[in-house]
Amino acid sequence: MSAALDPIRVRVRVTSPRLAVTLGIVLVLFGAASIGIAYVVVSGMLDGHWYDFRDLGLGMAHLREWLNEVNAGQPAALSAFLGDQWISYITGALLGATGILTFFGLLLLILVWVERRLIGRIQVRKGPNRVGPFGLLQPVADALKLIQKEVLIPIGADRFMFYLPPVLVFIPGLLVWAVVPWAPNMNYLDTNVGVIYLIAISSTATLAIFMAGWASNNHYALLGAMRTVAMMISYEIPLSLALLMVVLMTGSMQLSTIVQWQVDHHVWLGMLMPLALFTFFFSSTAELNRTPNDIAEAESEIVAGFHTEYSGMKFGLFYAVELGNAVAVGAFVAAFFLGGWSLFGLETWIPPYLIFAAKAFGGYFVLVWLRGTLPRFRLDQLMSFAWKYLIPISLLQVLLVAIEVTAMRYMHFPDFVELSLVGAANLAFTIFIVRAWATFLGYRPEREQVLKPTMAKQMGGLRAAEEMRTR
Amino acid sequence: MTTANEPYVLNIGPQHPSTHGVFRLRVVMDGERIQDIDMVIGYLHRSMEKLAEERTYTQNIPFTDRTDYLAAMSNNLGYCLAAERLAGVEVPERASYLRVIFAELQRIASHSMGNGTFINDAGAWSTPLMYMFREREKILDLFEMTCGARLTTNYMRIGGVAFDPPNEFYPAVNALIDELPDRIDEYTELLVDNEILLARTRNVGVLSAADAINGSITGPMLRASGVPWDLRKAEPYCSYDRFDFDIPVGHVGDCYDRFMVRLEEMRQSVRIIRQALEDLPSGPHKTEIPLALRPEPGEAYARVEGPRGELGFYVVSDGGPAPYRFHIRAPSLINLSLLRQMAVGASLPDAIVTLGSTDIVVGEIDR
Amino acid sequence: MPRGPRQLDGHEVARLLSAAVPGAVTVATDEWVEIQPGRVVDVMRWLHDDAEMDAAQLSNLCGVDRYDHFEIVYHLQSLDQNHQIVVKARLTDHEAASVQSCFPVYTGALLQEREVYDLMGIHFDGHPDLRRMFLWEGYPAFPLRKDFLQIVDHHPGLPHFPFETGKQER
Repeated sequence: MSAALDPIRVRVRVTSPRLAVTLGIVLVLFGAASIGIAYVVVSGMLDGHWYDFRDLGLGMAHLREWLNEVNAGQPAALSAFLGDQWISYITGALLGATGILTFFGLLLLILVWVERRLIGRIQVRKGPNRVGPFGLLQPVADALKLIQKEVLIPIGADRFMFYLPPVLVFIPGLLVWAVVPWAPNMNYLDTNVGVIYLIAISSTATLAIFMAGWASNNHYALLGAMRTVAMMISYEIPLSLALLMVVLMTGSMQLSTIVQWQVDHHVWLGMLMPLALFTFFFSSTAELNRTPNDIAEAESEIVAGFHTEYSGMKFGLFYAVELGNAVAVGAFVAAFFLGGWSLFGLETWIPPYLIFAAKAFGGYFVLVWLRGTLPRFRLDQLMSFAWKYLIPISLLQVLLVAIEVTAMRYMHFPDFVELSLVGAANLAFTIFIVRAWATFLGYRPEREQVLKPTMAKQMGGLRAAEEMRTR
Repeated sequence: MTTANEPYVLNIGPQHPSTHGVFRLRVVMDGERIQDIDMVIGYLHRSMEKLAEERTYTQNIPFTDRTDYLAAMSNNLGYCLAAERLAGVEVPERASYLRVIFAELQRIASHSMGNGTFINDAGAWSTPLMYMFREREKILDLFEMTCGARLTTNYMRIGGVAFDPPNEFYPAVNALIDELPDRIDEYTELLVDNEILLARTRNVGVLSAADAINGSITGPMLRASGVPWDLRKAEPYCSYDRFDFDIPVGHVGDCYDRFMVRLEEMRQSVRIIRQALEDLPSGPHKTEIPLALRPEPGEAYARVEGPRGELGFYVVSDGGPAPYRFHIRAPSLINLSLLRQMAVGASLPDAIVTLGSTDIVVGEIDR
Repeated sequence: MPRGPRQLDGHEVARLLSAAVPGAVTVATDEWVEIQPGRVVDVMRWLHDDAEMDAAQLSNLCGVDRYDHFEIVYHLQSLDQNHQIVVKARLTDHEAASVQSCFPVYTGALLQEREVYDLMGIHFDGHPDLRRMFLWEGYPAFPLRKDFLQIVDHHPGLPHFPFETGKQER
């Protein structure tokens, strides 16, 4: 279109030399910094020191040693009452909690922007680009707006129950980050029941969501809450089964051990057990209420589901937790199935926590991608998918993994051979069982072909319609 | 304490993402299943038919834009045809070709919107909608270039069209129709073979051919049910009898067929526009008519194949400068006649998808 | 007035109609057939079922206020034969206008008859769901009637919301 005819939307392109110069300087500085860092790393200046940024856990270890010394100088009476290393414990807990809270808060701020920009790119538009450089301050503006907004409470709502859920839903969203294994020595809570902790904590959010739906006194909210509960209960089972396979294979419920097992065997569990990876990821999208399983807050059907009546920062908390949980799922997929902080030896050069973060955000990116692409399932389809497909197949796969683990215990081939065999067997089994089970349940896509519209040249009514049908 | 079975009444609308305007459905539900459905409409009633009785024939043209604001050109065209039949006005050759071009562009724009929002109702997060908006935007640019308005165009006149398109119009529209088939293929790739979409829309909201005919359903909904009926071929107006195009006809009459028929109609519209541009005759674009048209007493019913179905205008004259009676046969309203039949017994998501597949425009329902 | 491009001659339709449904036709012109309002269902059923008429679809239904009487205009469409039949019913009682509903023959009349009832105040006997559609239940007038603006002490428009209490009528 000619610009002359369209004076309102003439695009003015300003190319400023200042911008080019600034960009050039930034690039040069970045290059210099990269070279410097590489030199420092290669020369071994960092090895073993607390300031080794490749392994923040080392710094923590130094801190712990120092705290132990401090502990030793404490009066015995206090130690008898609070335990030997009470200063270490309290300091560690406070530091870790501060770290997680800071990380989580910053993460949420960034994620709002990342998600909206990514979805914008997928949808051939720009996304937020007005507030601050590249729209980076958009989340801040959003948060300010949300905080200022009046919190409306519907008539007939249960006030106490209405206030509680945004807080309750925030707590598990925060707590799951405790067991994330960022790097070899860098996890806040390296408990030996990490997997059970994860399942237990994540399922408490259901209660908060149901409370929100019930207390709102709104039909949409109640529908959304009922859907959520039905879906969460269904998908918790395949999720747990997928994790059971991981536990069977690695022989541990400790997340650091699970990652270490993958490092030791030079393999990712996702390669060994693709079905478990898929089950975990799909079930997680259901737990997260994200497309294609976002039926609990299906916008086109029940407006916003359980948080229809929430406004202001209460809505903001729901929204933020949802985003944070999406990255948490990425993190756990990375830890369980994608080798955690390891990248086939590269982790000695690149800080492992960066590798881990990259993998976690990769998983998150896939979630955003799915959201931008797929339509939504129907509730009954989703339920039947869980109960009729995922659970039986996962059970069979668990059985197979158990057999494989037992066989590995009695055979003494090299690791590489054993694991290749296991991976091949699982892959073959996955392909076979998916096909066989679908056929068993009566799914035959080749028989019901999708008919494209036929072209009519002659007009007519019912008689012509029947003629066309018989042809 | 005893508990009684109370009906769970859900008010979908008047403000709801899937009602596409101020339109309310009162749904009685049993769990997720719909037991009864009732439409509450009239939130956008602007008494167009009454207002039109107070204005001259020419002054009524802008009203027709504002009934179906997503297909303003088709509405203009239908009304102008009715007024021309009533007053016996001849239309120049060039004007009737231009009318075809703009009506078909409008059909593409409207079907883009309809299909996009339909996929939105099926749960996609706006991506297909934004894709289809991209093409609609270009069509609206063409409208803006020609008549200055994008949505409520007010372009057709009794006796022709308001303006000849500027010279820049032709390269732009040629570029657009060269590009459109590829874009439509892109949608096909993204959506048509998508397993989730198939699961959501196939055999949902099925309407048999006999039911559809008896229920006065017209347009893509009727054709999706397998009835080959299109006024552009059955009762050609303007110059549609000179173009070579096909009418896509569905098989089952479900939501998927409606979606596919609309998608295919966009392709056929591109064909029509291409032929019309090639044969576009020169000459005047308008017949001069008296400012206050006073047709003989009598009546005329003219209809066009609008994007939503048979768009009829019934105009009665008593010899005065204003119509004695002005009635719009609104396809959006009449296509809703069988919504209850299609939606009762289905689940809530199915009902939403069915409503989306009827492609309603609330401005036209309420008028 | 010329007929529509594929509209049947009213005289021809009237001739066939009188033979099949005796006494239903009152007037026939080039364009339309006028029938008794009490025989609408009979006429429609015959037009719908007859192979030659084949009026499969009720294309359009609307009312016209002629000051002393109402006209209901039916545009019937045959898809297979591709022709159009225009049928009119003349309701002479302007105060309590009433006509048979053609819903038993055409389900498509559901909303169209409701619309005519709502805006013109014509009662359709046998309609399953005759309620106001655009306006609310209890609205005192029927806007598409020609005397709408002459009603004494009636001002169209809302002085207050329909079910709002505590405010005086304007």
